[in-house]
Amino acid sequence: MSEAPVQVMDGCIGCGLCVDSCPFDAIEMVDEVAVITEACRACGECVDACPSGVIVMKEAAEAVLTDYKGVMVYAEHRNGRVHPVSYELLGKAQELAAQLMEPVYAVIVGSGVGAGAEELVSRGADKVFVYDDPALKDFRDDPYSDLLTQCCNEEKPSIFLVGATSIGRSMGPRVAAQLKTGLTADCTSLSIDDETGFLWQTRPAYGGNIMATIYTPMSRPQMATVRYKMFPEAKKVDNPKGVIINKTVNMNMVKDRVKVLGFEEAKEQVSITDADIIVSGGLGMGESTGFELMQKLATALGGAVGASRPTVDEGWIDYRHQVGLSGRTVRPQVYLACGISGAVQHQAGMKTSDVIIAVNKDPEAPIFRISNLGVVGDLYEVVPRLIEKIKEQ
Amino acid sequence: MSEGLKIIVPIKQVPETTEVEFDEETGTLKREGVAAIINPFDEFAIEEGLRLKEKHGGEVNVLTMGPPWAADALRDAIAMGADKGWLVTDRAFAGADTWATSLTLAKSIEKMDGYDLIICGLKTTDGDTGQTGPEMAEHLNIPHVCYVNEIIDVKDGKVVLKRNLDDGVETLEAPLPLLITVGKDINQPRLATLRGRIKAKKAEIKEITNSDLQLDPKEIGLEGSFTRVVKIFEPEQHEAGEVVEGTVEELVDAIYQKLQECKVI
Repeated sequence: MSEAPVQVMDGCIGCGLCVDSCPFDAIEMVDEVAVITEACRACGECVDACPSGVIVMKEAAEAVLTDYKGVMVYAEHRNGRVHPVSYELLGKAQELAAQLMEPVYAVIVGSGVGAGAEELVSRGADKVFVYDDPALKDFRDDPYSDLLTQCCNEEKPSIFLVGATSIGRSMGPRVAAQLKTGLTADCTSLSIDDETGFLWQTRPAYGGNIMATIYTPMSRPQMATVRYKMFPEAKKVDNPKGVIINKTVNMNMVKDRVKVLGFEEAKEQVSITDADIIVSGGLGMGESTGFELMQKLATALGGAVGASRPTVDEGWIDYRHQVGLSGRTVRPQVYLACGISGAVQHQAGMKTSDVIIAVNKDPEAPIFRISNLGVVGDLYEVVPRLIEKIKEQ
Repeated sequence: MSEGLKIIVPIKQVPETTEVEFDEETGTLKREGVAAIINPFDEFAIEEGLRLKEKHGGEVNVLTMGPPWAADALRDAIAMGADKGWLVTDRAFAGADTWATSLTLAKSIEKMDGYDLIICGLKTTDGDTGQTGPEMAEHLNIPHVCYVNEIIDVKDGKVVLKRNLDDGVETLEAPLPLLITVGKDINQPRLATLRGRIKAKKAEIKEITNSDLQLDPKEIGLEGSFTRVVKIFEPEQHEAGEVVEGTVEELVDAIYQKLQECKVI
């Protein structure tokens, strides 16, 4: 069990003002001296309330970095399933942990998450911490970030990875702010520095025009949100030895200020992030109806339709199809780019595709520089004939 | 809400283009000669603040942290219709990461004239993190909602709103005070009027320095930042494969063959 993050120094006058100030009933008077109990959530109310200034928060910098061990991943559980980015993080965590000779942890929050926890064990997590409660069914930033903060304070991982999903990027900063630690957004690569053992977190900035490698020297855990589809998923292991540890959930001990009134699921047939084949259209199509042709080719190939940012800005297609730094990152077997010039910010979202095929009228289009096959031609001639040929066979 | 809504919009001045030039020798960005603008996402935040003020009454205060010339961004916001500009500026704040920035902004907000709603752009075009908003909310101990695309109603100290998630759109009810982040699907920002520009030129910009905030140097600027940059570099270029030209039939054959190689047909 970890020590309380708030300490009462010598000199307590036993006035009891801190007891009244504590929103979590975490302070008791023992022999006329305030004692902080395990219920403490380090909110700091008592520090402000104490008239003699003897209640202090332990500074993050005082924590001994070497006390922190283990690479922890947040397993995002939503609508009854674990988000696949979590398995990608688990795979990466195994690699990092092997280098550090530390254990691999996963933490899962939600309602009815048992099957997810078992899957994480079967894919090689050493310990899976579970916060399971009907009241946690819908994601809310408040209780989820409070519980993850609690988990990090108790388990003290050296690294904590969160998927850079809409949920992860909303909640991650709250956890980092509570833990008083650094957070690197939207990383595309992670490695351990041989010399220091620190986590090197690499991410794009300036619309993908530069890459920055960032580290967290003075605080723990080292936190990063990590892009989906950057790493392969952790595979099932032969003799899973991991354990599931059920954590107590007390909804009175976490904040819960925002209510979910409803949810309308996006009406897309195939999610581009999960598709094996993506046919993407760019401004080179000339008009919005070009996407009808893209859809025909995608249907013939059993794939999904992607789009470049300018086409979304023009209102030709919904944002959910957007590939690139400001849209989704995709990693299909085949990425077929039609009429897309290939701006850096688009490349940032698709260049890890297994095979890239580009069709463009302009032989100088930047997309050809990263394509396995570049075809110089008019997409309105090439694509309809290609669809026919696929159907003929 | 008889007195109207007190709204604060934190904004950032960013380079006009993200096509930055890179100095290979020093490993730094060349920033000279690049014009500075309001972060484009922040314009949606300002616009939403103005619309709420028009509907419910109240006041829109804009806030930025940066060098003295970041006041230009505040004046641009005032020209759009914001009421007051606050500039958080001190050498001691320089080099801050999102943690130190959000702490400094939160402490500055506590020095302002109170607030019901803080509206942020969902990220900046230079840093691209989207973290400063939610971190600020945590420092202020208020709830936050990211990626808001519609504010349905503000009533009895509560806001009902919609927000985008990866898999759909969620409707939420949140109590004030609240912080939200907004993107480009929430509105169409207005342009500054001539009258607005004249007003902005004369507007007084209030300055907040660390002598006002009295923050521990260990919590602000570079020293207060938990993350450090090891290096910056240009993204690696992928090697090009073959580029073919020819008749339509030849081009189609080339693609067809590649698709067969990939075993997708």
